[in-house]
Amino acid sequence: MNAIAEQTSNSKAPAANLQVAEDILSINNIEVIYDHVVLVLKGVSLTVPRGGIVALLGANGAGKTTTLKAISNLLQAERGEVTKGNIEFQGKQVQALSPNELVRRGCIQVMEGRRCFGHLSIEDNLMTGAYTRTDGNAEIKRDLEMVYDYFPRLRERRGSQAGYTSGGEQQMCAVGRALMSRPDMILLDEPSMGLAPQLQEEIFEIVKKLNKNEGVSFLLAEQNTNVALKYATYGYIMEAGRIVLDGDAESLRENEDVKEFYLGVGGEGRKSFRDGKHYKRRKRWLA
Amino acid sequence: METLYTVLIDPFVQMVEVPDFFLQVLWEGLVSGVLYSLIALGFVLIFKSSRIFNFAQGIMVVFAALSLVGLHSFLVPYVGNEFVAAAIAMPLTLGIMYALAMGVERMVLRPLVGQPDIILFMATIGITMFLIGFGEFVFGGENKVMITEALGIPTGAIEFEPFGGFLLMEEKDVFAVVMAIILVISLLVFLNKSAMGRAIRALGDDHTAALSVGISLSTIWVLVWFIAGVIALATGIVWGARAGVSFALEVIAYKALPVLMLGGLESVSGAIIGGIAIGLLEKVFEIYWGQPLFGGNTETWFAFIFALIVLLFRPQGLFGEKIIERV
Repeated sequence: MNAIAEQTSNSKAPAANLQVAEDILSINNIEVIYDHVVLVLKGVSLTVPRGGIVALLGANGAGKTTTLKAISNLLQAERGEVTKGNIEFQGKQVQALSPNELVRRGCIQVMEGRRCFGHLSIEDNLMTGAYTRTDGNAEIKRDLEMVYDYFPRLRERRGSQAGYTSGGEQQMCAVGRALMSRPDMILLDEPSMGLAPQLQEEIFEIVKKLNKNEGVSFLLAEQNTNVALKYATYGYIMEAGRIVLDGDAESLRENEDVKEFYLGVGGEGRKSFRDGKHYKRRKRWLA
Repeated sequence: METLYTVLIDPFVQMVEVPDFFLQVLWEGLVSGVLYSLIALGFVLIFKSSRIFNFAQGIMVVFAALSLVGLHSFLVPYVGNEFVAAAIAMPLTLGIMYALAMGVERMVLRPLVGQPDIILFMATIGITMFLIGFGEFVFGGENKVMITEALGIPTGAIEFEPFGGFLLMEEKDVFAVVMAIILVISLLVFLNKSAMGRAIRALGDDHTAALSVGISLSTIWVLVWFIAGVIALATGIVWGARAGVSFALEVIAYKALPVLMLGGLESVSGAIIGGIAIGLLEKVFEIYWGQPLFGGNTETWFAFIFALIVLLFRPQGLFGEKIIERV
């Protein structure tokens, strides 16, 4: 089963192979086990080119968040462990590093559900992102202004406790907080969760702008395949702990299976969950 | 009728009739209150940054005081001067508290990261046992006298005559209050203005998110345990100056428990206000209600009963951190 998954990911990623030296992040065949017993990731491989936006798609429980946490090394705190494979960031092995060291090297995660520090003001929240910085207050102040320029709403609310701000503002705060660490790469987990479609677009627009202007690479985990494929350049699709399909955003958008299972269009007319054929086809694809 | 009068009316009559004595009672209450606040702050800092209820806080007070006195008596024959010996023993003791913080982080907390809270709590009981044994082994178990004079703590007394009466403040109590206030204020400034303080508050709000932005747990843990150690030393000095240095000192840390119930485990301002409130209330209760009704000695239990009653009505404590919920 593993072999098939790998085959698909290898055969369909010629672009990634050409850019080996340019990859900011590459994950090779990692396996993650929680609590020494629960096997969650079963051989996941993916690469993110420098300056790229890569989407990691899939339903609830597919392993997207676990993949991101495996990279940022937040698994330890949840008794998870990478048992096989390796993760390279900027060409160096990073599995053994603490999250703190990884942030220092330029890779930071924005966790699912925003996770702002509720009792801290927006500005204090942003400033916590600068914890690992050693380049002096002037630089940090400058970056704070930059974050406020990207998110003018945060400037207005700089003094309010983050817990009392809206979901969109909290998501902006979480992204801004990550920016304050001067990252080369942001692992963005479910940025659209619980946000109105208009706000989702706004967040993704900013992601795109950051990618263009600041050269930050993004790996974003999303359930909202539609929006994610609009902004990403490349996509991986996960099911039950392994990658089942990958390709550049355009080819994924055109793919019949993706259309049917994730974008809710295509196939023959409307789908019903009572539809046996639908179920069987999905099953076969997973195997 | 008689009892009702003793409970409801007589205490207030006395307070008004002998105001200078009432002031004296309040002063004594304030002195213990600020010390309770200080110790409670030690608990709060550790709890905020690591979700650990630090059972060892009490024994750290004893250990710090013992180290200071022990080092001092060890050094006196070598340097030949009480004051010089104290001046050397003080930074050395701070060094010991720092080493203790490092040791706890490296050998106890780090291996237990991610384990359930109760296991970490048990670990702090283990630290308590270790410190009791180790302290006794190194410094001996007998009672010692705090080196009040060598540390330059004034020992006289100041007298006032408010309302034509008489009010006596011991100078070492004044010293204790001033020191506690300075420590509390500098802690507040540290928490609210410095990057480290911000990181501690962030950890208190969301542990994993704090990790994700690169806040280093080990650094923070060593820091808060060291702060708790400094607080322990300060409390050990002033409380030791009042009651002598022995393992019984540990008990005053447990007085911080009702303070924490009252103030909430996570609230810095709760610890401060709760500590002072408990100190004042238990003293006033002892003098005006405890002695006539129960024949005295109510100070040992009053705070706990009071905290229990408060908990019945406000389970999150009087000043427990407001839980921000979005709908």
